[in-house]
Amino acid sequence: MGSIKDKTAIMGVGCTKFGEIWEKDAEDLLVEAVYEALDDAGITPDDIEATWVGVLYNFTGVSGSAAAEPLKLFGKPATRVENFCASGMDAFRNACYAVASGVYDVVLACGVEKLMDTGGSGLPTGEMGHPILGNVSAPGMFALAATRCFHEHGWTKEDLAHVAVKNHKNGALHPKAHFRRPITVENVLNAPMIAWPLGRFDCCAMSDGAAALVVTRPEIAKKSKHKDDYVLTKANALAVHTMQPMYRASFDYLGFPATQAAARLAYEEAGIKNPAKEISFAEVHDCFTITEILNYQDLQFCEPGQGANFVREGHVEVDGDLPVNPSGGLKCFGHPIGATGCRMLYEVTKQLQGRADGAQVKNPRLGLAHNLGGPASVCSVTILGLPE
Amino acid sequence: MAKIASFGAYIPLFRLSRQEMGNAWGVPAVPGERAVANADEDSLTMAVAAGLDCLAGIDPSSVDGLFFATTTAPYSEKQSAGVIAAALDMRRDINTADFGGSLRAATTALRAAADAIDSGSAGSILVVAADCRLGEPESMWEQLLGDGAGAVLISKEGPAAMRGFHSVAGEQVGAWRRSEDRYVRSFEAKAETQYGYVQSAAQAGKAVLEKEGMAPGDLAKGVITAMDPRSLGTVARSLGLDAGQLQDILFLSVGNPGAALALMMLAGALEQAKAGEKLLVINHGDGADAFLVEVAEAFAPAAGRKGLVGHLLQKRNLPNYTAYVHFRKLMEREEPPLRSSAVTYWRDSRMELNLHGAKCRKCGAVQYPIPRVCGECGTRDELDEVKLDKTGTVYTFTLDHLVGGQYLNVPVPRLVVDLETGGRLFLEMTDGDPQEVKVGMPVEATFRRLHEGSGFHNYYWKCRPLPTAA
Repeated sequence: MGSIKDKTAIMGVGCTKFGEIWEKDAEDLLVEAVYEALDDAGITPDDIEATWVGVLYNFTGVSGSAAAEPLKLFGKPATRVENFCASGMDAFRNACYAVASGVYDVVLACGVEKLMDTGGSGLPTGEMGHPILGNVSAPGMFALAATRCFHEHGWTKEDLAHVAVKNHKNGALHPKAHFRRPITVENVLNAPMIAWPLGRFDCCAMSDGAAALVVTRPEIAKKSKHKDDYVLTKANALAVHTMQPMYRASFDYLGFPATQAAARLAYEEAGIKNPAKEISFAEVHDCFTITEILNYQDLQFCEPGQGANFVREGHVEVDGDLPVNPSGGLKCFGHPIGATGCRMLYEVTKQLQGRADGAQVKNPRLGLAHNLGGPASVCSVTILGLPE
Repeated sequence: MAKIASFGAYIPLFRLSRQEMGNAWGVPAVPGERAVANADEDSLTMAVAAGLDCLAGIDPSSVDGLFFATTTAPYSEKQSAGVIAAALDMRRDINTADFGGSLRAATTALRAAADAIDSGSAGSILVVAADCRLGEPESMWEQLLGDGAGAVLISKEGPAAMRGFHSVAGEQVGAWRRSEDRYVRSFEAKAETQYGYVQSAAQAGKAVLEKEGMAPGDLAKGVITAMDPRSLGTVARSLGLDAGQLQDILFLSVGNPGAALALMMLAGALEQAKAGEKLLVINHGDGADAFLVEVAEAFAPAAGRKGLVGHLLQKRNLPNYTAYVHFRKLMEREEPPLRSSAVTYWRDSRMELNLHGAKCRKCGAVQYPIPRVCGECGTRDELDEVKLDKTGTVYTFTLDHLVGGQYLNVPVPRLVVDLETGGRLFLEMTDGDPQEVKVGMPVEATFRRLHEGSGFHNYYWKCRPLPTAA
């Protein structure tokens, strides 16, 4: 197997404000995010040769038309990518292979979701899932891991609360975040229960949003607006593991094998031997506080069983030695599913370029973006870095 | 002569005191409490529970038929007996039949089962009966009715024999319910008791005693169904039986469980019966059935069989009448639209009703749902279907407030359960207190009605904490 390392580059990024955006539809959001990316890249829609768009729910849009129609990108390829919460990042991954192959020069990777159009509480489950077996809410799926970790490691709700508090501290500084208010551990512990032991503030919110990236090869990026600070792809890993951990007696619920596998693949592809030292910062999938803590372990930022200590000891603060979610994460942006992966790559790119919208990580060299979707069955890990 | 090989019963966990019911409406209450089926129970699920109780320690594939008796069948068109037989993991090549429309249906079914054994058309038949009738709110009926199920295994061999069947047919007076009615109806209680019950019950009982040449003093017990102790007393006196000979009609502890009462009372009598005793069974409803039971030897306790006494001891009191309204769905509520697929349900029925998994021949891993490719060793199509355990331990869990796009104040406990002989199931917990769920807790599977997606009853298994005595 080969490597994508240094074969593709990001030459423009765009992202809408995320939130409960009742008055805008998917078309509005996609047009805003994509045109911001095109302007950032200094190109026009005619320069886009192919498009990949991440969308989870059919009600947001179906087929490549989900992007081609609002953007009027007719007469050329467009593909909808659906891979649970990794949809947006997987759209980017496919876009990279297209330009790395040499068949395309400049392509668009984007993602969008209109969760606020559904009504009701929580992610709509009607479309997916078996009529009889395995029904559980999204928070419920990850709560199962929290319960087992509490039992095995003695972690508590207060340990989880530190993640939410840290992310809100960061999100308060980001102009595009859905939530921009700092919170306290008390707020988290007193919040209404959603799926024990996860309460409202352990869960990312429902949200609308879109984000976009213009992807090309380094030799083209070198001649673009961002010729001095374009960002290179170091790794595009994706790993799928069981969708039915609740039926597999060998699944221990103390970590997520999909992330462990994707991380190994990414570090190998990027030539990273000591991730905790070499990764400067990360945007990880904090759909729930427990997920972020297990991500630290699964991404090899800390030892198994040490996730709760890792956040308590301050390593993951913006000014710590391995900042995690300097944007405020899914907790503050919410999680318009198709858009999230692209938003993370937008954030990692701008952090590396020293022009972060909110809290800025000091002197980053390698940034990691991570999504974990479905019942923790699909994981994407992308590593971006500046040219050496 | 047909024998009784085993018996079983089921009473829903929850009870509501009649005083609570009286208080809710500001009307007088009769003493005692009544059993209330949970929102996820119906006559079919309760019949499965009683059937499992009866078949404890018995291989279900050895039984040649299943007869189900009820006045509250979940379907007007669709056989319940077939679904019950699948949930009990019985064979497909058996005689399944629904008996309905009368409180007398369970003994009609018993008689048919006995005739089948005697004629040689079956070696054994399981007869189950269950009811969850509704009384008009605010009425005395609401207090008097109760929910429950009973089961009896009729076979060529067994500790007790049945004989002397006698029936009195088709009285026109008595409680009734049209297809379109939700609640049981009554016109004139005194006339219904006198001519719809006492007269035919006494007549049937006397006929049996005469035919068998027996005196009331020869009987250890009169297992005589009745709505209330007073009318039972009238029948007893007319037969020459004294109060000490009468089997408990569950008036104070369960309420009247309709078609199930006869089998629940019979179970209660058999679990106490001594060798040599004779029981006179009389069941009423649009006439009456009566027969004699001769106990050759006492029934030995069977591991896993709770019988009537075991279920009487397991109870939890509902706090108020509102809980009853919720459980029995007396109030119109908006239900979230759920989808289902009759085709998928049929295709997956051995997994979902029979609760079968698969075991890999290569690596031995027990798996559920049944896969083509082994999830542990990756071998394709080397799996044998296996029956899964119904007991296990909680590996992890959550208390889920988000169901069907709604936020529920009372969460649904969802448990990852590791089964004793391998395999893992993910089950909703029912009947238990969400706050009492713990990792490591032992649980057992229970057959319940999951939802009404696509307009049919989606039955599946849930779990409940292992019961402890009240």
